[in-house]
Amino acid sequence: MSLTGLFLISFLLIHLLGNLALLKPDGGVAFNLYTEFMSNNPLIQLVSKLLYFSILLHAIQGIIIYFSNRSAKGQRYAVKTSKNTSFASRNMALLGTLILAFIFLHMGDFWYNLKFNPESIPMVTIDGVQYKDAYHKVVTSFSNPLIVGAYLIGVLTLGLHLWHGFQSAFQTLGLNHSKYTPIIQSTGRIFSVLITIGFAMIPAIIFFKNM
Amino acid sequence: MKLKLKVWRQKNAKDKGQFELFDIEASEHMSFLEMMDVLNEQLIEKKKEPVAFEHDCREGICGACSMVINGQPHGPQQGTTTCQLHMRHFKDGDTIAVEPWRAKAFPIIKDLVVDRSAFDHIIQAGGFVSVNTGQAQDGNAIPIEKTQASKAFDAAACIGCGACVAACPNASAMLFTAAKIAHLGLMPQGKIEENQRVLSMVKKMDDEGFGKCSNTGACEVECPKEISIANIARMNRKYMAATLASDKK
Repeated sequence: MSLTGLFLISFLLIHLLGNLALLKPDGGVAFNLYTEFMSNNPLIQLVSKLLYFSILLHAIQGIIIYFSNRSAKGQRYAVKTSKNTSFASRNMALLGTLILAFIFLHMGDFWYNLKFNPESIPMVTIDGVQYKDAYHKVVTSFSNPLIVGAYLIGVLTLGLHLWHGFQSAFQTLGLNHSKYTPIIQSTGRIFSVLITIGFAMIPAIIFFKNM
Repeated sequence: MKLKLKVWRQKNAKDKGQFELFDIEASEHMSFLEMMDVLNEQLIEKKKEPVAFEHDCREGICGACSMVINGQPHGPQQGTTTCQLHMRHFKDGDTIAVEPWRAKAFPIIKDLVVDRSAFDHIIQAGGFVSVNTGQAQDGNAIPIEKTQASKAFDAAACIGCGACVAACPNASAMLFTAAKIAHLGLMPQGKIEENQRVLSMVKKMDDEGFGKCSNTGACEVECPKEISIANIARMNRKYMAATLASDKK
């Protein structure tokens, strides 16, 4: 869980940095060139396979642990307290399931169409070369308030999952020390907030720009 | 002070169990267990079955008392066992729910008494050091650095009450096991068997049916001896190292 989690965390950062190209006011040139690069670079292709595998492994392990822990607890307390744990740490499985559902929605909308349904993506000419206009596809999707709403919920869920998950991964790997644990914890919190704001910002800005 | 008690009653492990309501008048100077004694005296006078609960030293060091009070193992006061919790931490007219430790690995024997032998089995798997018999060694024969000794002492403060398991939403025994592994492994006498100890105790812990740690940190908050989850990280570290360096095939 911790190793796949940390790998997925590093992916999120790269994914956000790349997607910031969407906000460049150049009519999508930067983003389309970026998409072209990501779709054809052999190293990226290899890492993306590792990424899909990690998402599945992380989810499957999570589901197995959730059910085995539920059965280990048996009967629950009649009086529940929230005094000793954070909301995120108590609900990692629920948050994870929502994120998985969001990933399916997200990949079904962009990745699937780009890869298996190229007719749905118009072409655009940049410097005399034809590219898939992925930017156009993103703008179309983010003009739909329902999709934007789903993205905002998905991103917020992700932020909460990271709030606990980031520092939890280090604890699982045995990295807990009075010297650096406070740094890991505050880095985790800052990271979760930045990832949430960063990913929420993109659909929100595109939506309001095209209203 | 007048209180309403909602106490879990269960005849045996197979019984379904339910809450029973009691009205009780207690003094704020009483400990929680003394209040339970008053309740039981009233029940005995009425020729009713008293509430079964465990207790021994009543000074916070034996680990016998075990009650989940309003959802918190050992009640609302931090770093305190049930026997050292006083009624002044409650208000007149409060309703207090008292439940047993909940975990599959701790089956209920009766009412608030659970079977904690699973902890004994974990200790038997590796919670010991091998020493030569004969005359006791001189106390200062083996030099131990102060910071190591203090860390080992902090872990050794674990009284094995099981509040960590009770507090954990996953019923994980990681804090207990980690405390024992740290307390022995940080000492030179316990270093020799450390690799084997961490492997055996973790295996036993899993075999006993405790859940897996998800780092919620509830155990650390509820532990009456305030054992830190840094011990769990240490155990994870030692477990990984022992797995890589194990002599077993």
